[in-house]
Amino acid sequence: MVAESHAAHLSQFMKDVIADTPGGQKVVHCLQCGSCGGSCPNGSEMDFTPRAVFAMIAADRRDAVLQANTMWQCVSCYLCTARCPQEIPITEIMYALKRMAIREGKAGGSDAPALAKTFTDFVDRYGRSFEFGIATRYLLFNKPLSMLKMGGAGMSMFAKGRLALTPTKIRQVKQLQAIIDKARELSNED
Amino acid sequence: MKYAYYPGCSLESGSAAYDMSVRAVIEQLGFGLDELDDWNCCGATEYFSQNELVATSVIARNLALVDDQHDQLVAPCAACFLNLKKTDKLMAEQPKIRAKVDQALAAGGLRYQPGRVHVRHLLDVLYTDIGEEAIRAKVVQPLTGLRVAPYYGCQIVRPLNGFDNPEYPMKLDEMFTWLGAEVVDYPVKAHCCGGHMTQISEEHAFELIRRLLQSAADYRADLILCMCPMCQLNMDMYQGRVNNFFNTKFKLPIVYFTQMLGVALGIDMKKLGFGKELVAAEPVIRAKLEGQMAAATK
Repeated sequence: MVAESHAAHLSQFMKDVIADTPGGQKVVHCLQCGSCGGSCPNGSEMDFTPRAVFAMIAADRRDAVLQANTMWQCVSCYLCTARCPQEIPITEIMYALKRMAIREGKAGGSDAPALAKTFTDFVDRYGRSFEFGIATRYLLFNKPLSMLKMGGAGMSMFAKGRLALTPTKIRQVKQLQAIIDKARELSNED
Repeated sequence: MKYAYYPGCSLESGSAAYDMSVRAVIEQLGFGLDELDDWNCCGATEYFSQNELVATSVIARNLALVDDQHDQLVAPCAACFLNLKKTDKLMAEQPKIRAKVDQALAAGGLRYQPGRVHVRHLLDVLYTDIGEEAIRAKVVQPLTGLRVAPYYGCQIVRPLNGFDNPEYPMKLDEMFTWLGAEVVDYPVKAHCCGGHMTQISEEHAFELIRRLLQSAADYRADLILCMCPMCQLNMDMYQGRVNNFFNTKFKLPIVYFTQMLGVALGIDMKKLGFGKELVAAEPVIRAKLEGQMAAATK
């Protein structure tokens, strides 16, 4: 845990990141060793590697971090988390930064939030993921050209019986929706 | 100790071959898996990117649906496995999250006591609970001469699995030596396939996929064994486009480890879902196992 005297010196951004990440208080122990960025399969595509992001969080550079592509390049492979000598839950911090960027309207530079929203909209409605619906709706609105490029592989998948054209709905979808509604309501409380 | 089965959404359509082979193999081994009634999607990474409490509540519904007759929940998909395990752990260790998840579940008339259900990956159950002796005893078609590249990917071995090394896992390697296969020890077996990156930024995703295919090909693998629907989809469905993009000529079948385990157990290849992969596996397997296989399938 962060000692009281220490906590007083944390940037507001750091406090918010810690509050939004289970186990997130370890981020203050970052040594700036760079194992995270060096291990990351997408590190070379990131505006700032996780190491740099942690320094920027300490320096309260909120907008620069939340507008960066870093967390959207994270595909949750957890290699950085497995290797971090300070046991910082780096992947979980990336999730927290994604949530903060969406909440604060700063995630405009990536298509990932649109994909996430399309995916969960279908689950909210049916209780199951619906690959065909997600791919068509997401690509149509975000990447219409990719849709054409994927046409061939999509047809092959269909021919192999791997593309269901209608969603599966769970029986107790109302129960699931009640749970989701309550969770949304509670998450708006603080 | 009874086992509930959480197939996950991909196994209903895109990865039906995984589901078919899991069920066939489990039956052949005389083991029981009872599908969890009315399970819902785990949300993959997509709810966690938006709202942690909704993410955990959606997943917790599945844990709450496991009845008193079962204390193990088995997931074949990497994302489902991690999400179920992560939610159980979050509820156990984070009182603030648990209090809210409890309230959300209550809105649906459900409750879940963290720790009650043991979330397990299918590989762990096959390797540990069923085990070497029982599996070896049922092998009727040894995979002699077939060079297999076990691919673990990310979320089965990281960060929480507790049954194998997060960077240099060996359990799937070991299992395939029981089956008589030549197991390829190649350096990228726990590297990332890119996950949903094919949908976000294709060229970056293609490079991640290319690295995997290149390494397996360099080590002269006949095929890649995978354990996750996303990994299979990325390496199989996108293999043609990766070839076009990099001007490569990969032709590596990507099959679920349960499909090849099923072959070794003498199960008919149709029952194992072969033929659904875009890069055909059957000709490669038959060419390697030729004479030996005739007896088993005809």
